[in-house]
Amino acid sequence: MEHVKCECGHVNPHGTAFCESCGKPLEEHSETKKQLLDMRYEGSARRSQTYNKTIIDKIWAFFSSVKVGVTLIVITLIASAIGTIFPQEMYLPPNVSPAEYYADQYGWLGKLYYQLGFNNLYGSWWYMLLIASIGVSLVICSLDRVIPLYRALKQQGVTRHPNFLRRQRLFSVSQVADMDGVLKRVKENLAERRYHIREENGNILAEKGRFSRWGPYVNHIGLIIFLIGAMLRFVPGMYVDEVMWIREGETKEIPGTHGKYFLKSEKFIFETYQKGKDNEVFNAAIDRVGNGMVAKNYQTNVVLYKRIGPVIAGEEPKLKKIKEYKIRVNEPLKYDHYALYQVDFKQNEPYKMAFQLMDKTSGKTFGTVDINLHNPEASYNLGHGYRVELLSYFPDFYFDEDGNPATKSKIPNNPAFVFKMFAPDKPKGEVSFVAIQQTIEPFGNNKYKMAFAGLETRNVSGLTVRRDFTLWILGLGGAVFMIGLIQGMYWNHRRIWVQRINGEVWLAAHTNKNWFGLKNEIRRILDGTGLAMPVDQADREKNAGQGGQAHGAAQ
Amino acid sequence: MKKQQRLIMRTVILLLLLAAVGYTIYANFFTEKARVTVGSTAPDFVLTDLNGKEHRLSDYRGKGVFLNFWGTWCKPCEKEMPYINAQYGTYKNEGVEVLAVNVGETKLSVQKFADRFGLTFPIMIDREDQVMNAYDVNQLPATFLIDKNGKVKKIITGTMTEEMVKQYMESIKP
Repeated sequence: MEHVKCECGHVNPHGTAFCESCGKPLEEHSETKKQLLDMRYEGSARRSQTYNKTIIDKIWAFFSSVKVGVTLIVITLIASAIGTIFPQEMYLPPNVSPAEYYADQYGWLGKLYYQLGFNNLYGSWWYMLLIASIGVSLVICSLDRVIPLYRALKQQGVTRHPNFLRRQRLFSVSQVADMDGVLKRVKENLAERRYHIREENGNILAEKGRFSRWGPYVNHIGLIIFLIGAMLRFVPGMYVDEVMWIREGETKEIPGTHGKYFLKSEKFIFETYQKGKDNEVFNAAIDRVGNGMVAKNYQTNVVLYKRIGPVIAGEEPKLKKIKEYKIRVNEPLKYDHYALYQVDFKQNEPYKMAFQLMDKTSGKTFGTVDINLHNPEASYNLGHGYRVELLSYFPDFYFDEDGNPATKSKIPNNPAFVFKMFAPDKPKGEVSFVAIQQTIEPFGNNKYKMAFAGLETRNVSGLTVRRDFTLWILGLGGAVFMIGLIQGMYWNHRRIWVQRINGEVWLAAHTNKNWFGLKNEIRRILDGTGLAMPVDQADREKNAGQGGQAHGAAQ
Repeated sequence: MKKQQRLIMRTVILLLLLAAVGYTIYANFFTEKARVTVGSTAPDFVLTDLNGKEHRLSDYRGKGVFLNFWGTWCKPCEKEMPYINAQYGTYKNEGVEVLAVNVGETKLSVQKFADRFGLTFPIMIDREDQVMNAYDVNQLPATFLIDKNGKVKKIITGTMTEEMVKQYMESIKP
């Protein structure tokens, strides 16, 4: 039961399709069905299919199946495609509830999308499990095939059973007078074409490009290395990917650096291509799109600082200047394996607003109030008995559901104020609500108003903070993947058997791909030797068996 | 013999694969990606409250700390603030301190908000987002329950009812 002994004396593992050494077909019943041998995996026994007793063997057998592997890949493919139909959760506008957003924007489909968890597909546990299963399947499939294949190719004998030769796709029988001379010529021709030749009792096995058979497995090793790299991203410290918004003039902690590094933005610069200023070759393109419409440069001038001493959040940091740099798209600031990339910007964010206290009828002004929108004062004294108090401040003003003024965020996108204006003739003060292009006087008509007197804005840079120690592993995986691909694609494993059987010369040949190339090569090798060119039995079979006999040739 | 070897090989390989997959899934879903996790020591910080008093988290060892991150625009924060205030009245005498960290708004807005609700616990403004970064807060409100040994006992994101606030304060009583 365990092993099958062939008539040539070689002992084969159970489940082998034909003898590893001489190639005699062992599963005789298959002879009646097919004329050609299935040469896949050299007829070796895939171990998983033979031992199925324990739970370990069953799990092994499951992942060893190529059908299972392909199914996993197809499911992953479909799931990934569905994940692109609506935006993923991370790309939704901030401050929205995903549950409501999907339903509002995309109707019941969006709701279903959210309920099924496609809103965060690529990070979901089942998606990761699918990818992981593909990885497991890859390892087990490969192991289960490469070991028997290696064994079979190493064990192969020179002298093959006549049935093995007869059932190869390329096969011919020739009768020649000077057998020794002919075989010598054939051998020379084979050697000239860089075949490795083994001889036994006057029989020849010529082989080349066996190395190509390992291509798919090298390729799989590359994929595994790649997956390991992707896995390592979850190990703390290996991978940092953060977003940082910084305003001109601000000094901020760089997120992801654990309070170790600070950044100051000196200036954000946005430049476009201008007609007249830039090279003439751009003129046509500028005319087509419009002057000043094509972006030329996004740049943030920054200063990098390092914190000195222990890191305690919130404490005023002692900073040491490390370097100045101009961050441009694709020209990140790199330091200590961290990289800061220019990825986004916001121009003209309100920074300071100025108002004049004005007598509404006479138009006379009594001084200017300068309000820092990030840090307004509670009271502004204008002298001579004139004073303005800031009762409320809404940086990102809107009216909430109850109709009260409120703010959407702390960012001064749409500042609004409640002022109380004091003047010598109005000692109790007048209240005025001031928003952009809007003034409300809640307690009746006022004598004074806060007249808009100017706005100072600044630009905000959006930077990505990246630290990636897995990149070289991903690169290595990709390179190994590519090597395996090339190895399997550009080399063919070709074998030619020439044997003396009953005073005839039998010739058979096999390749794992590119039969056309093999036929051409054999034609050259046999040229002038008097041996018959092999017939492609697959063609004959196809023509003969157009009824129900048709079967796919190996691969 | 050979069969047994094979079984051992397979078991070892499957276990290795399982360990790799298990770690990835675990690291991704069961450990908070936040730097602060339940059971870890809460990162120390120093902030000054509205009255100019400096608060250092490590000075509160021996007391339970109810650390709340909030913003004036955040409606759920607005809802739970009075609850926290009410329970603080009871629990401050039992060794529970409330530290309310505002996420870098203007002193004016924060002061108005505190006045409006009559908040009595220390309120501090994290002007440079340093504490927010240290606790990896990206959703408001966020509450960290810190026990008397300075360890994080629980992380709550989302709004709380008064009953919940009470239970949480009870749980960190020294």
